[in-house]
Amino acid sequence: MSEKTPEAGSSLWRDAWLRMGKNKAAMASLGVFTLIVFMCFGVAWFCKDPNAVTLTNKFASPSGEHWMGTDALGRDLFSRILYGGQISILVGLIATAVSVCIGVTYGAVSGFAGGRPDALMMRIVDTLLSIPFLVVVIVLQAVLSVWSSDTSSWIVQHWNWDKTFTDRLTNIVPLFFALGLFGWLTLARIVRAQVMSLKEREFVEAARALGYDRFRILFRHIIPNTLGPTVVYATLTVPGFIMYEATLSFLGLGVEAPNSSWGILIKEGANFMETHPALLIIPGIFFSLTLFSLNFLGDGLRDAFDVKASKD
Amino acid sequence: MSFLEVKNLKTYFHTRAGTTRAVDDISFSLDKGEIVGVVGESGSGKSVTCHSILGLLPQPPAKIEGGNVSFDGGEILGLDPPLLRAIRGKRISMIFQDPMSCLNPYLRILDQVAEPILVHEDVTREEAESRAMEMLKKVGIRDAEGRANSYPHEFSGGMRQRAMIAMALVTKPDILFADEPTTALDVTVQARILGLLRDMRDELGVAVLFISHDLGVVADVADRVVVMYNGKIVEQTDVLSLFENPSHPYVKGLLACRPTFETKYHTLPTVEDFLETETSSDGSLILRERPDSQERLAALEREVEPSACSDITLLQVDALKVHFQSGGGFLGKPLEVVKAVDGVNLQIQKGQTLGLVGESGCGKTTMGRAILRLVHATGGDVTYDGSSLTSLSGMELLPFRKRMQIIFQDPYASLNPRMTIEQALIEPMIVHGLGADLEDRRSRVVDLLEEVGLSSAHLRRYPHEFSGGQRQRLCVARALAVEPEFIVCDECVSAMDVSVQAQVLNLLRELQDRRGLTYLFISHDLSVVKFVSDEVAVMQAGRIVELNSSEALYQNPREEYTKELLHAVPRGDLETLRQRLH
Repeated sequence: MSEKTPEAGSSLWRDAWLRMGKNKAAMASLGVFTLIVFMCFGVAWFCKDPNAVTLTNKFASPSGEHWMGTDALGRDLFSRILYGGQISILVGLIATAVSVCIGVTYGAVSGFAGGRPDALMMRIVDTLLSIPFLVVVIVLQAVLSVWSSDTSSWIVQHWNWDKTFTDRLTNIVPLFFALGLFGWLTLARIVRAQVMSLKEREFVEAARALGYDRFRILFRHIIPNTLGPTVVYATLTVPGFIMYEATLSFLGLGVEAPNSSWGILIKEGANFMETHPALLIIPGIFFSLTLFSLNFLGDGLRDAFDVKASKD
Repeated sequence: MSFLEVKNLKTYFHTRAGTTRAVDDISFSLDKGEIVGVVGESGSGKSVTCHSILGLLPQPPAKIEGGNVSFDGGEILGLDPPLLRAIRGKRISMIFQDPMSCLNPYLRILDQVAEPILVHEDVTREEAESRAMEMLKKVGIRDAEGRANSYPHEFSGGMRQRAMIAMALVTKPDILFADEPTTALDVTVQARILGLLRDMRDELGVAVLFISHDLGVVADVADRVVVMYNGKIVEQTDVLSLFENPSHPYVKGLLACRPTFETKYHTLPTVEDFLETETSSDGSLILRERPDSQERLAALEREVEPSACSDITLLQVDALKVHFQSGGGFLGKPLEVVKAVDGVNLQIQKGQTLGLVGESGCGKTTMGRAILRLVHATGGDVTYDGSSLTSLSGMELLPFRKRMQIIFQDPYASLNPRMTIEQALIEPMIVHGLGADLEDRRSRVVDLLEEVGLSSAHLRRYPHEFSGGQRQRLCVARALAVEPEFIVCDECVSAMDVSVQAQVLNLLRELQDRRGLTYLFISHDLSVVKFVSDEVAVMQAGRIVELNSSEALYQNPREEYTKELLHAVPRGDLETLRQRLH
């Protein structure tokens, strides 16, 4: 056993990634999702103004000028889909990020504390879970949108931001929070259960015997070990949030004009379903493709992190 | 022709990572009324053999590549599933290691024992139940009539294993496959179950294929022994000649590396002292006897125990109590107090090893943890090097955390799977301010790894890339990273194969000699405790029933309980074996 240069080990993350690489459906989904994200956030800037109304050219068929035709106000559908996608995907990702931050911290603290604090914290979660999600989001959205128009004028007044941009921003921010604030409940339960089983593991006891403080044990030894299931669950919640956003927008409670989202496009398309079905079908395809790819990706990640399945 | 005859059986596992020859061309036989022990370490293919014969392996990934198994004159390998099902449970039955997970928790014991009869024979329910009841009495379930309607969780481990045996024997099978049936049980219970298996063989004439990792246990029951290594049979002979005159170097090593009550070595021989392995060009293993094995053994015998006796008391435990409250809660039942440790007094001298033995649930693990303040003591006092630990607060305890360490049973669970070895070993140094800078700490880590017999090439690896024995070495290295004086070894070799166990025990010995460490060695295995300890304490139901120097306690046990424990240990020596056979 002489001096050797240390070989790099393969971490559980790398192992999971390698297993994931063998899953064709998951990798294809990752490709599709990346492509959609690239189109919405990259290609979109080179497209036509999604809000430019040309009443003389409404319901146009696809052409070199308008790749996917135009809508009831003569606006370019392709560009509207890409801009709408920005909002939909942002809502999905940011709401998930918000719920992961809250859920992981809350669940980890609750599971690690145990006893009465845990019982109290979990009863709060139970109470929140027993309130219908949609109702709460609708109420919260209504409350927050009053706040958002106040904030918007405050920002315009004090910081001299562009009014249109600020309005658009403050219109969607409450949505992120409304969704994220309630989306963490299930995640908190998952993380709590993980933490409760992890804290009985001997490596945590070894850490206590080595004199590590609670903060170090929780954040360096326990939480990193819960991240596998968290990543899987988070991937599967993104499409859920996109769906909620669409539902709310469809009901007229979510994103408001001039912002658009896939939910809005589908709602508008539904008005002309019989005469111009393409207005409903094309945004629907983008929407479904995104949800499909995220769900497959989540399944792939779950299999990749599941060590039992990897033994063969 | 024998009753069950296995010829050239080959079972391979085909996986993405390649082909594993789990069972590689083995032949053996089993006659009526015979008990054959199959011995091997984990991964040697003993369970796979037995599952292959009964067609119980998941295919794929397993594939039976060749061979014949004839049973009562007919071929059963590759038999149609319905025909095979008619044999399984009726003519060949099986019992498993863990009697809890093998009994259905939702069904009453009587129903489960009667079920095989109802499946295989055309009888009425009443008749099946009365036969099941008879069998439950035969396997020694006390008050069988009163308890047959209980559920599995209401039975103790030993009683569950008896119920499993009743279930296996109720259809009057010709052959019983017993896969590590006593591994999960306490020694006293194990001794009774082994006795029961022998009685059932004598009474019902059932042949038993007894699979075990423990040569001592096999010596207690088997007529003949088959030793497996790496998918192959390395030796098969009758039990007496195996112990008297083993021919294969692996078997010699296996016999020598087991600590017994008579072991006089200071350092245990290991399998490597007898066996050389080499991978041949076609990927198979070549086993050879070491030419210098006799010299190596002689060198070990010449080693003398260093007289590291000291009179300084390092640790003193006075009337230590740990009581847990169970039940209770918001609307639950009234509180029930479990007295895990109930008034224990002991002392450990600096540089010595105190062995703590007892059966499962006697409170030995809780006691180790209470000493380290990992669980809260309800009463009593722990004094370490003159200072009382029980009243210290978190920060005041920190200097003692550096001086006292613990090594756990399961090396798989005791390392954080997301940290490299380097991170895991450097972290305690950071917390305790050891080492000047990162470079200094790194070089300390390299030294530590070498001290426990690992290479510095392993630094960036993660725990899952190591074998069980290597991981336990890592746990030892982590404990040593803070340069402790006192280490609690909590069943730290119990989950290991004997050959690996010998290596880890030797490592602990070596470190004690070199660093003057003091150990509290907790184990259920009396032979291992005898080997490592200067003094031994026997624990029962939260109390120490007997404490004496190791020699005195094993030679002249005073208490009834100690005598019972010592008597139940499978000795695996020639004398006991001869007594049993004559």
